[in-house]
Amino acid sequence: MNQYSVWRYLLILIIVTVGFVYALPNLYGKDPALQVTSARGFELPSDLTANIDDALMLEGISYSSKERQGNRMLYRFADTEDQLKAAGVLRDALGDKFIVALNLAHATPSGLRAIGGKPMTLGLDLQGGVHFLMQLDMDTARSQQLDRFVDDIRAALRAEGIRYVSVRHEGKGLLAMLRSAEDRDRTMNILRTDQSLQGLNIKELAAGETFGISATVNEQQLLVLQQTALKQNITTLRNRVNELGVAEPVIQQQGADRVVVQLPGIQDTVAAKKIIGATATLEYRAVDENNDAFTAAQTGRIPPESRLYMDDNGNPILLKKRLIVSGNQLIGASASFDQQSGQPSVSVTLDGVGSKRMLDFTRDNVGNRMAVVYIEQKPGGRKIEDVISVAVIREPFGKRFQTTGIGSIQEASQLSLLLRAGALAAPMEIIEERTVGPSLGADNVAQGFKSVMIGFVLVLLFMAIYYKVFGLVANLALFTNLVLLIALLSMLGATLTMPGIAGIVLTIGMAVDANVLIFERIREELANGNTPQASIRAGYEKAFSTIADANITTLIAAFVLFLFGTGPVKGFAVTLSLGILTSMFTAIMGTRAVINLIYGGKKRVRKLAI
Amino acid sequence: MRFLRAKTNIDFMSQSKLALIFSSILIVCSITSLALNGLNFGLDFTGGTLIEVGYPSAPEISDVRANLKRAGFDSIVQTFGTATDIVVRIPPSEATESNAELSTRVLAALSESVDGEIEMRRVEFVGPQVGDELAEQGILAVIYAMVGVFLYVMFRFQWRFSVGAVAALFHDIVVSMGVLSFVQIEFNLTVVAAILAVVGYSLNDTIVLFDRIRENFPRYRKRQPVEVVNTSINETLSRTLMTSTTTLLVLSALFYFGGEIIHGFAFTLIVGVVIGTYSSIYVASTALLMLGVSKFDLMEVEKEGATLNTRP
Repeated sequence: MNQYSVWRYLLILIIVTVGFVYALPNLYGKDPALQVTSARGFELPSDLTANIDDALMLEGISYSSKERQGNRMLYRFADTEDQLKAAGVLRDALGDKFIVALNLAHATPSGLRAIGGKPMTLGLDLQGGVHFLMQLDMDTARSQQLDRFVDDIRAALRAEGIRYVSVRHEGKGLLAMLRSAEDRDRTMNILRTDQSLQGLNIKELAAGETFGISATVNEQQLLVLQQTALKQNITTLRNRVNELGVAEPVIQQQGADRVVVQLPGIQDTVAAKKIIGATATLEYRAVDENNDAFTAAQTGRIPPESRLYMDDNGNPILLKKRLIVSGNQLIGASASFDQQSGQPSVSVTLDGVGSKRMLDFTRDNVGNRMAVVYIEQKPGGRKIEDVISVAVIREPFGKRFQTTGIGSIQEASQLSLLLRAGALAAPMEIIEERTVGPSLGADNVAQGFKSVMIGFVLVLLFMAIYYKVFGLVANLALFTNLVLLIALLSMLGATLTMPGIAGIVLTIGMAVDANVLIFERIREELANGNTPQASIRAGYEKAFSTIADANITTLIAAFVLFLFGTGPVKGFAVTLSLGILTSMFTAIMGTRAVINLIYGGKKRVRKLAI
Repeated sequence: MRFLRAKTNIDFMSQSKLALIFSSILIVCSITSLALNGLNFGLDFTGGTLIEVGYPSAPEISDVRANLKRAGFDSIVQTFGTATDIVVRIPPSEATESNAELSTRVLAALSESVDGEIEMRRVEFVGPQVGDELAEQGILAVIYAMVGVFLYVMFRFQWRFSVGAVAALFHDIVVSMGVLSFVQIEFNLTVVAAILAVVGYSLNDTIVLFDRIRENFPRYRKRQPVEVVNTSINETLSRTLMTSTTTLLVLSALFYFGGEIIHGFAFTLIVGVVIGTYSSIYVASTALLMLGVSKFDLMEVEKEGATLNTRP
């Protein structure tokens, strides 16, 4: 007699039922939807939904459902026509403060959603989209940090009344030259004690004609710098992606100095690359009115407090090294046309510190000129610095002002978007990019589905012919295995990629192995003259340790793949490991349960259909 | 239905000398091919830019090449799967421009001489630093997988079995890579995944056989180790054939219907499954015998089965 206890049947039944329920969401399609988020990533105001309802009602557009998901509202529509109409209406009604993005929301019924049911996420290779791996440019970050230290040390020395020969950025460190041993000791003291100057390794230079101190940024400070820069960059990238209105973007830290950005389903990949990769910022600098730029350019003698730039027309211009305001102090920017000249312009709003500094500067410099420098970091540490406008300060201003001199209104709006989203704290370089067009994604889904189905059907046929009733039982287990695997992948929120599909296909092939091992054992036992019931029992028992050993070794290999693999390899490893686990359950417990139901209860079984 | 009508009793191990020579030739050929032809490394390892575009109708490849040359691109142009799909590969350079601009300019150059619209299907860019890392990770993954397997088999069986299993793995990896190098299939990340899957499959096969050998040593106490191994191979033969067949069925479906991207993956696995099946029988078992495995090696493991009897 081969029989399972009732609780065992129950357990199998429960697992299989749960599996079917959680695999179910994958059968539903997608609803056209709109996603509303705050432009700056703030909490959504409580009256927002009422406003949206009013606006839509006015235009006679109805949505099929709305739901709040964290910081976004999702509105589903019956068809794309309604969706597009509503998008236009809401964009007008909500203005700049909110972003209305087109989205395809899963059409999983609310009952299933309530218990956490959701379909598998399709990888970028299946639904199209952009994947970037970006790396922080630490050399530039270090150099920026040193520049800040130089400014701060100069300010501190001036505040203490110490006159220095020079404080400058030199190679990978900085160098301060002082006039006397006493000054040097005082400076050393300041460097040791001043709170804003911590994080430097300072060293007195051997006494000579001058009295010098050299300093480098210490490792710990660099690490802190790296971490904060990465954090800020992630925030900035989030803001930018938010502006693009992508549904379900992934922005994640990878390793110590990298960020992964994935924008699924995006159509205009070129524009996305521009926005994501741009490291543009603006700087406001005073024009050096005391020296002539042309002579400086000709003789190469540039005054120490200034730097030589070229303006749009290729004319040299001298700008003060000391910054008035940089992109970091910017809190708002929008594109518009200048009311007087009709030129495209960007109006800028500064934060408290920025507006105070701007006000202080402009008050003392009415009649002088101020320049706007556009800085873009290119890969490999190259920098593009354009003086985009030079204007005479007519009156003091602080918080809000306009910048003109931008080529077109498109450029103005792109620049304002970048400024709004914030500058990257340190430049990032795209070191890997994978873009998949939507048509290729669709092809991949079709081909993946087709090959899985064909492989699956071939195996089912073959098993049924080869093992008869036992083969059919194995097929049932195989099907259940596929359902359980899909349920697990859906529940874990794993992403299904093309190699993932290959993993599933391979799992099917290997899941069969467990049953083959068992059935061959049963055949052997029968051939040795054992009774059918005893053969079934011995077959399952003896095959178990073989299956366990074989699967554990494969799991070890899959686990290593998961640890060391990236992207596609990882996806393959996940499906393979999960597939091994589910196949152990269905191929051993599942088939045994069914075989027991068929043969186990009978007192006398003459022959097994195997 | 059965592959094998009656109980087989093939003397596999009598051919072990021949197999040893055959395996040695395979490995020497593989290493020679790897040294002479090298692997056709894909973008994942070399770095560079790849752009796949779909044309409305099949373009003249030479025109596409000339177009790109005129635009100043040093590129390789090939069809991909169908005649309307074109892949442009641009080797890594001391890029003075970001790749974003590069791919955009290539697309612009390609669309110039075409009526209708060409469609961007795929852009891949891999920086040189990423390529090196991926290669390093791939090699590390294989080494760690081998160490993990060695330890597990040593724990469950005995060290001679570990050596046998790892020797078979090594054989499979070298020969698979040799075949890849011989037919110059593009070696990319998915192919690495395939090789690791081959490792998994071949292991599976080897372990099943070892398991039977472990079981048979106490059962046939009087027989010589060679005979025990032979019997074990014969007893697991129908299972080996059956599993290889189903796996190959599924892989053929992938190979023929899975699309161009999965082609290399499926091919590698098909080669690997065939070699893996052969190596479990000849490499792993031969190594086991050459190391002088005997019934004394497995005496204490004999009880293993007893504790498992209570399990389903």
